Amino acid sequence: MGALAGVRPRAVRSFRLDRRYLPVLGTLVVLVLMLAVGGGRYDGFVSGRVISNLFLNNAHLVVLAVGMTFVILTGGIDLSVGAVVALSGIVAAVSFQAGLPAAVVIPLVVLVGSVIGLLVGVMVHVFGVQPFVASLAAMFLARGLCYVLAPESVPIRDESFVALSSWSVQFGDGWRVTSAVVIALVTLAVAVWVLQRTRFGRTVYAIGGGEQSARLMGLPVARTTVLVYVVSGTCAGIGGLLFAMYSRSGYSLTGVGMELDAIAAVVIGGTLLTGGTGFVAGSLLGVLVLGLIQTIITFEGTLSSWWTRIVIGALVLVFVVLQRGLMGRRTT
Amino acid sequence: MTRVQAIVRHRLFWPVVALVALLVANTIKNPTFVTLRVLDGHLFGAIINLLRQGAPLLLVSLGMTLVIATRGIDLSVGAVVAIAGAVGLASVAGAPDPGSLGAVLTAFVLALAVCVLAGMWNGFLVSVLGIQPIIATLVLMTAGRGIAMLITDGQITTVTSAPYKAIGSGFWLGLPIPVLLAAAVMAAVALLTRRTALGLLVESVGINPEASRIAGVGSRAIVWTVYVVCALFAGLAGLMVSADTMAADANNAGLFIELDAILAVVIGGTSLAGGKFSLSGTLVGVLVITTLTVTVGMMSISPSVTPLFKAVVVIAVCLAQSPAVRERLAARRRRAASTAAAAAEVAA
Amino acid sequence: MHDNEAVVELRGITVEFPGVRALDGVDLTLRRGEVHALMGENGAGKSTLIKALTGVYTPTSGRVVVAGSPVAFTGPADAQASGVSTVYQEVNLAPNLTVAENIMLGNEPRRFGAIDVRAMRRRAAELLARLDVHVDPASSLGAHSLAVQQLVAICRALVVDCKVLVLDEPTSSLDAGEVEKLFTVMRTLRDDGVAILFVSHFLEQIYAISDRMTILRNGRLVGEYRTADLPRRELVHLMIGSSFEDLEKLGDAPRREQAAADGAEPLFQAVALGRKGSIRPFDLDVHAGEVVGLAGLLGSGRTELSRLLTGTDRADAGKVLLDGRPVRLATPRAALRRKIAYSSEDRKAEGLVGDLTVRENIVLALQADRGWLRRLPARTVDEIVDRYIAALDIRPANPAALVRNLSGGNQQKVLLARWLATAPRLLVLDEPTRGIDVGAKAEIQRLVAQLAADGMAVVFVSAELEEVLRLSHRVAVLRDRVKVGELVNSDDVHLGDVVDLIASGEAS
Repeated sequence: MGALAGVRPRAVRSFRLDRRYLPVLGTLVVLVLMLAVGGGRYDGFVSGRVISNLFLNNAHLVVLAVGMTFVILTGGIDLSVGAVVALSGIVAAVSFQAGLPAAVVIPLVVLVGSVIGLLVGVMVHVFGVQPFVASLAAMFLARGLCYVLAPESVPIRDESFVALSSWSVQFGDGWRVTSAVVIALVTLAVAVWVLQRTRFGRTVYAIGGGEQSARLMGLPVARTTVLVYVVSGTCAGIGGLLFAMYSRSGYSLTGVGMELDAIAAVVIGGTLLTGGTGFVAGSLLGVLVLGLIQTIITFEGTLSSWWTRIVIGALVLVFVVLQRGLMGRRTT
Repeated sequence: MTRVQAIVRHRLFWPVVALVALLVANTIKNPTFVTLRVLDGHLFGAIINLLRQGAPLLLVSLGMTLVIATRGIDLSVGAVVAIAGAVGLASVAGAPDPGSLGAVLTAFVLALAVCVLAGMWNGFLVSVLGIQPIIATLVLMTAGRGIAMLITDGQITTVTSAPYKAIGSGFWLGLPIPVLLAAAVMAAVALLTRRTALGLLVESVGINPEASRIAGVGSRAIVWTVYVVCALFAGLAGLMVSADTMAADANNAGLFIELDAILAVVIGGTSLAGGKFSLSGTLVGVLVITTLTVTVGMMSISPSVTPLFKAVVVIAVCLAQSPAVRERLAARRRRAASTAAAAAEVAA
Repeated sequence: MHDNEAVVELRGITVEFPGVRALDGVDLTLRRGEVHALMGENGAGKSTLIKALTGVYTPTSGRVVVAGSPVAFTGPADAQASGVSTVYQEVNLAPNLTVAENIMLGNEPRRFGAIDVRAMRRRAAELLARLDVHVDPASSLGAHSLAVQQLVAICRALVVDCKVLVLDEPTSSLDAGEVEKLFTVMRTLRDDGVAILFVSHFLEQIYAISDRMTILRNGRLVGEYRTADLPRRELVHLMIGSSFEDLEKLGDAPRREQAAADGAEPLFQAVALGRKGSIRPFDLDVHAGEVVGLAGLLGSGRTELSRLLTGTDRADAGKVLLDGRPVRLATPRAALRRKIAYSSEDRKAEGLVGDLTVRENIVLALQADRGWLRRLPARTVDEIVDRYIAALDIRPANPAALVRNLSGGNQQKVLLARWLATAPRLLVLDEPTRGIDVGAKAEIQRLVAQLAADGMAVVFVSAELEEVLRLSHRVAVLRDRVKVGELVNSDDVHLGDVVDLIASGEAS
């Protein structure tokens, strides 16, 4: 009988363009379209100043989205990042107030994020708590700690920190790169390298492809899962640092809902929430799209700020429906 | 297995322990916590207050329980709460006589109708377009507050209307109307799920959607229904919240209620992976979260620290319920049992 | 065949789960350069033993000795590092990564801490070449057939110095050519000194490839035998022990009844029914009281055809006539309304609702048809459930037991009970006897014959041609997603005729 089992006809698929890149390309197209429309409507829209500001204002979000991409690639989610941004900002402000030097404070702030990430990772992996709930708990924890450390906004006056945050290079017509942008882009580059070229990175994708399989392949699923949340937490710590550089203060209400912006950026950037497919570069594009919406609404002038949220929602919708169409065609 | 062991192993054991501990702590701190007074024929007391505060969360959580049982999640309920309040109050404010029962009823119907629309939208994305629930509802979560802002034109609308206020702080038969409403809705949901086949079909869809489809279960209708129900309940909660303050605050009404509701459902033992659900568990979860919030107030700690305590309770309950911990405890029990057996053998 | 040194020795392995002793003092010896078959019926403890060897489970007692020293693997990774690799039936790889990555993941060549992609692809290509597999290492794994994926999984096992290769039912989804290919690979590896532990349900394969076998029954060791010294009949006897009579019954009892009356109007007609990418348009008539068998290789379109008949997949061509009148079967729900039921081949994923009880599973389709508002009265439910538990001999006979805790055969019966409870006029059974023990198999075959005799129309799909031939009045033959012919069954029709039709695509 067994001799009569059959050939599964090989699925005929065209490889003109790898399907995996389609969502990212879509995001790129949207970005270019938005720039084109903005440039057509408003004077000085496509200028060094506006584009530099786009990066400047969203440097922290880029870093958050990079970390979030790791988590989402494994099929998880991290809701704690917004609160961690606030917490690390406050830790920075309070430590500076206590007179610690920047050389100590900066690693400390990033470490705070890593530790919260570790906590989430351990809850998710060791105790089998769903990522949604575990990171929610961490979010509450971080917010609560914020209020304990400093209920009010704490200004940062440390000279070296201020110097670092106001360092910038200007060139051409209005182009400007600040230290925050450099840090964000370096983080991004490191993330691309880690995801594409290290065992850890490939294991992240393998887990997204199927956790059970990854385990049976003998891959270090436990370590990787925990590490992914540490990465996300660390990125949130860095994000908090960048935000502190941006606002020169630490405040417990910073970053409320920022995790949603990060998730939205990742989704708009073409990463599937089911895991296994996506790129950090896409998440960068996602952040830029979100930033551009804000910019356009500012340029428009007459539109109220709440339109931002509506447009972001609509954009997430469009991307999700498009992705759905793409995936749907593949499965049937 | 002895009865004590059976109780300890019950899914709701640790959540109930947490609840009792919180209540005891409150009573120790403030012995009047458990006393009830009758004033003007209305029941008053800390416990009554607690129930009244918990009513909107219970409403939202009941809907959330059904959604989660179908493997879904609804992140938009907080935004729906805000929309309901905005529509309700805007409608009353626009009526010629805001104090009349007719105007208020019109406002309620209008607000709930808008919420049903919101639920249909979510349900459409999830059940027809097949978008992951977390993302499908993220759309309305992101955009919803913007929509509420549009309705109130960015202002915090305030109105005076006695009948409207009653849904938030009125009394009927000596009991607060929100509590009665929430209890009635809970009873209705219990009847709806256990006296009809809705519960069975919801669980079946949640556990194995494809098998359910082949068995002829109209999954699409069921999933769609639960999102509509969830949004409807969130709308009712939104009316309560707005009636409590008589102000439609699009930014803050129902802020984070979706997270509290999801926590309540999880504490109550319904898995986020879908399937079997427990309404009584959700009730316990809601009581734990509400009591916690109240307790922080009672202990004269700054209410802004509440998240910290929530985190502690959530982590504790989740860990106590986690399979890893349960297995370890079970292993320890087994080991104890086998050592005892071995000892008995040796003795014999 | 010479007695080589033992690479793996399992001694007195006992594995207990709460309330169940899955393995009880089992021994197994694997020697260098042999193919060792692990035999047993479902539930005999084969997979548990494999998992005890590879460290997925920790034995309650007993020793695992690899290459002379006792070990306690902490998991598959640990086992693989010591040269014990496993390839599972359902390929456990990452379909979203490339072939090369799937082979090398965890062992990639690195330069300055980064994966050296070029070296990785080269190394993967070497391994693929060693097994004579021709695929592009840079292509995505998900784009390849299951057979290729399985060979990729074996390549993966060879990356480290592989002393022991465990193949857990690797052949169940492969065709004859692919099986032969796999056997060639296995022989190559055996000659290189690898010890191979092989699990398969197909006796022919066991006799074709294995040197020695260990037989398990109900979690206990029956014995170790040289394949050449053990006649098939004896092997079957050892495997199923006391249930041997069931096999005897299987020989004669369930068989098609009198053929349906000629010329009667068919109950169900598919006319040029088809779906792009799934199955070419086909015609098929089914009469009341008739069993129509579907024969063909795996992937020939048996399941696809069944799904179109029942609205499980939507047809994009042709039409369906019921009692001569056209009907639209857009969903399983619509089909069930018309009393057409489909029992999927994939019991776990598309059949049962594991966390619900036996009772709830049995009434699910009936209740779904009534809608959620009209709940079946409790008394009716009990009546139906009790009737089918008794009629199909479902064990345990406890309506409140969770279905996922039942054995495969009993799960299948619960599923059948669900469809029978809807009183279907046409019942499409896709592989109802796969992966269940011999006793339950005989019962289900008898049931099919009985249902047809009582006037139900049945479409019966099975990978086992003998079974199809024994039960069907007519056999529709499929090849490469085309219905190539139909045979009216009689005692003159033999297995060879069907095989010829499958092979040639023309009726002889």
